[in-house]
Amino acid sequence: MPPVELLLMLLLLATVVVVARLKDLFAAAMLTGIASLLAAGLFVLMDAVDVAFTEAAVGAGVSTVLFLGALSLTSRREKQQERTRILPILIVVATGAALIYGTWDMPAYGDPDAVIHHHLAPELIAETEEKIHIPNIVTAILASFRGYDTFGEVVVIFTAGVGVALLLGGLGLRRRAGHGEEES
Amino acid sequence: MKPPSRVRQMPILRVIARALVPVILLFGLYVQFHGDFGPGGGFQAGVIFAAGLIIFALTFGAETLRQVVPVVLTERLMAAGVLLYGAVGVVAMFLGGEFLNYSALDPLTTGHYGQHLGIIVIELGVGIAVAATIMRVYYAFVGRRTDEDRTGADPALDAGAGGEAS
Repeated sequence: MPPVELLLMLLLLATVVVVARLKDLFAAAMLTGIASLLAAGLFVLMDAVDVAFTEAAVGAGVSTVLFLGALSLTSRREKQQERTRILPILIVVATGAALIYGTWDMPAYGDPDAVIHHHLAPELIAETEEKIHIPNIVTAILASFRGYDTFGEVVVIFTAGVGVALLLGGLGLRRRAGHGEEES
Repeated sequence: MKPPSRVRQMPILRVIARALVPVILLFGLYVQFHGDFGPGGGFQAGVIFAAGLIIFALTFGAETLRQVVPVVLTERLMAAGVLLYGAVGVVAMFLGGEFLNYSALDPLTTGHYGQHLGIIVIELGVGIAVAATIMRVYYAFVGRRTDEDRTGADPALDAGAGGEAS
């Protein structure tokens, strides 16, 4: 593994371990933002700039703010656990081991013989210039070749927003907001 | 009116936020409309745009932002973004193509212009829907009242709680 990626990976590991151990939830929320930024850096090194962009904007930016918003509704400190629980640790370790075991069957990173580079990808790379005529193949795939999927995703985001609005602050919020405007 | 919180009295935060927010919003628009040529697109642009506005809310208070972007407006824009995306598909159908076949948007040429137009418009729909959704979720969080609001909120978290106590 190249040294820069190794460094980022080690920093990421250190960050998530600290997040898991911290009792101060405010600091933990900040560190999850840093973890996302490190992950975004790794994605950039793997040439997945669009994914890195999303990770940096959503993970490091907005979700940190939402964590803080959620924290302002609860306590700043995690409740003390009376004792260390063995079963959750076992489940986490077993799941992690299974996932790592699963990666052994995956082709090496950047392997030109990997299946994913032979199925659909060459056609999309060849046809984007001819059919869509825009340079960013990722955008062409997301917006045009897979326009249905992206439409579905936007509907999912909309539905999620409606769900949060109804659960956390539906009409009540609007009424309160209305009062606030009258007072100010 | 709420008395200014500690965060809003910090001049460094205020000055930096005032300088950064317009740049972030401009960058969001750049990512939005440059998505066909560089990395990015509607989703990232929407998130960046909303994040810029949320930074504004964190420093100047959510009630200040609510005067610029009311809660009702975010709800309408959420739906408007989805409808804009869907409308492109329906327009393509009326022009003789399949649903979301952007080439049909431009029947005169070979379809490149239609693809460009379709992608720009649906990305705009995505951006509007995502930005409005994130703003709405943020409002939902800061609009909650807790027991602490009546006794005095944690000052370190006052930024996140920006505008609920009016």
